[in-house]
Amino acid sequence: MIARSPALAMNDTGDGGRLIAGRLSAFLRTLRDNGFAVGLQEGQDAAMLIAGGYAARPALLRSAFRHLFTSRKAEWERFDGLFDAFWLGHRVRSRSVTTGAAKAANSPSLKSLLERPSDQTGGDRPPDQIPSGDDDGAERSGEGRMEGASLADHLAETDFRNMAQPEQIAQAHDAAARLARLMRTRLTRRDLARRRGYRLDIRRTIHANISHGGVPIQLVRRKRKDKPLRLVMLLDASGSMSMYTGFFIRFIHGVLDEFREAEAFLFHTRLAPISDAMKERDPARALDRLSMMAQGAGGGTRIGESLQTFNRWHAARVLHSRTCLMIVSDGYETGDAALLGREMATLARRCRRIVWLNPMMGWEGYAPEAAGIKAALPHVDLYARANTLQSLLALEPYLAKL
Amino acid sequence: MISRDQIAERLSAAGYIADGELATAIALMQMLKRPLLLEGEAGVGKTEVAKALAVVHDTELIRLQCYEGLDQSAALYEWNYQRQLLAIQADRSASAEAIEDKIFSEKYLLERPLLAAIRRSRAPVLLIDEVDRADTEFEAFLLELLSDYQVSIPEMGTITATSIPHVVLTSNGTRELSDALRRRCLYHYVDYPDVDREARIIMARVAGAGTSLALQIATMVQSIRREDLRKVPGVAETLDWAAALVGLDVRDLHDAPETVQDTLMCLLKTHEDRARFKPEVTARLLGKVA
Repeated sequence: MIARSPALAMNDTGDGGRLIAGRLSAFLRTLRDNGFAVGLQEGQDAAMLIAGGYAARPALLRSAFRHLFTSRKAEWERFDGLFDAFWLGHRVRSRSVTTGAAKAANSPSLKSLLERPSDQTGGDRPPDQIPSGDDDGAERSGEGRMEGASLADHLAETDFRNMAQPEQIAQAHDAAARLARLMRTRLTRRDLARRRGYRLDIRRTIHANISHGGVPIQLVRRKRKDKPLRLVMLLDASGSMSMYTGFFIRFIHGVLDEFREAEAFLFHTRLAPISDAMKERDPARALDRLSMMAQGAGGGTRIGESLQTFNRWHAARVLHSRTCLMIVSDGYETGDAALLGREMATLARRCRRIVWLNPMMGWEGYAPEAAGIKAALPHVDLYARANTLQSLLALEPYLAKL
Repeated sequence: MISRDQIAERLSAAGYIADGELATAIALMQMLKRPLLLEGEAGVGKTEVAKALAVVHDTELIRLQCYEGLDQSAALYEWNYQRQLLAIQADRSASAEAIEDKIFSEKYLLERPLLAAIRRSRAPVLLIDEVDRADTEFEAFLLELLSDYQVSIPEMGTITATSIPHVVLTSNGTRELSDALRRRCLYHYVDYPDVDREARIIMARVAGAGTSLALQIATMVQSIRREDLRKVPGVAETLDWAAALVGLDVRDLHDAPETVQDTLMCLLKTHEDRARFKPEVTARLLGKVA
């Protein structure tokens, strides 16, 4: 009980008041460390609550603080644990802030996925997915140089798998951000393509012409409101995708930065929303935050179950009729393919377009024969390869049309 | 200022069966002068909170329903153009200034909910319903209004609030609200009520529902919510169902399994959910109801 904790046992004598203020600011710091948006104003209000007699009963204080400090459902649910841990000395069961990510041997962090040179990841892959075109890719990059194309062109044609040099990867990431910017400007320039002949806005016309005594000289027409397109990305982070995950994480980072409305999720055996972590402007810090959430990345894929979670908990908030859903996955489903089909049908009802990007499609001799991709394809509006920057750039006109 | 216990008393007197936390939230609202943001699934009774709040403070409820494309002229104020024109036409001899003074006066101003809320002599409850449906631009405008409580009308000057309204915002989570708006507000997550509370809500709202029937209905609805449904029934649906059962003279759910099956349409609102609830499923769930 709080009454027993030293800070609050004091009455509002000078010393006690200072002690409480100290404890309170430490609590605010704890909240901030745990990702709560708590400002000075909230601190003052909290002090007011304590002065106003709310500290008499711990349950009451907790409930009052909960209303004051939380601002979304996730925080609402985590708050009690943090409060109890701080004021009552209980142990927190829920996730609280940690400085380093615990890495299980089987679940490499995304950061390590990103930084691992691609040629060393070969051993992780299931045997049926060993790429056939490794040498091919190397040859192609050689050709690029001989033809005297710019380095950017050469990069654009290299399969992401074959980018091992850090600077090469960085360049590819910049290109991804550029692409996202390009896509956005195309999308918001839709007013150029407006149809002519709007209806008159009678009320506004009268308003505009009051200065002419009501004679309608200036006509006001209804304008169509420009509504931004929303892009929602679901990225497969399973073992079979490990060579592409790093690239697409950077791509998502660019997308979230540049699009006015975008959301991103990561899935492997379960689904994790990553938009908040990725909104960190510094990519390295974003990856740090992300790797904490990515426990289990690099294992199998349960696409169907992940989509089910998405449909159940996130779809209503995230999807609307102007949403383009982009799924990046190889379609190797280790769960139930029929479930995947059902969930895809639900998704298709909910959003405007579904784009499925498959990095494996660029490989020679690949055909969509995995059970997962077969079940999903009927509901997909565009199924495209995405193993080179060029193939991503090729998507742009399609996305601009939405 | 009303104390927390008084609030809880008045809430139950008003027929709103609240959990203890809500009374705290309402007490904080008047103490810290902050708006209250309510989030929760559709149909858990968010709008009812505002109605109950109006009863608690014994004041008027002003409601602004948000929708896509909601703008200032529908939310704040608008001039009554037709009357302005009439006034101009009727009095052509008057000087331009006189006409201007006349047509840009109180008389020609149409109050919309937001302006109405700050011009009452007694602070009303302002319910801004489903704020997530409005555009982000409107949200920004709302933020400004909620911090200053004043409105400037170019033709007339600035109108400052005569009383600060009790503001309740609700959101269904169809769009992520801005952090700025969230930070301005106290936050309360409205969850589905537990069996006991839902039974008490049924008894308070549906005349003729006895304790045992109300408990049975609440338990049944609770287990239906746990099924994998596309649209989970809310409290409003429960009340509909209870009213239907009472209207059909059902006293015990076990006595009338067919009626239960037929009236499930009050709870299940999509074809898929209806198809999933075959009589066997209903019987299985009924079996768990005491």
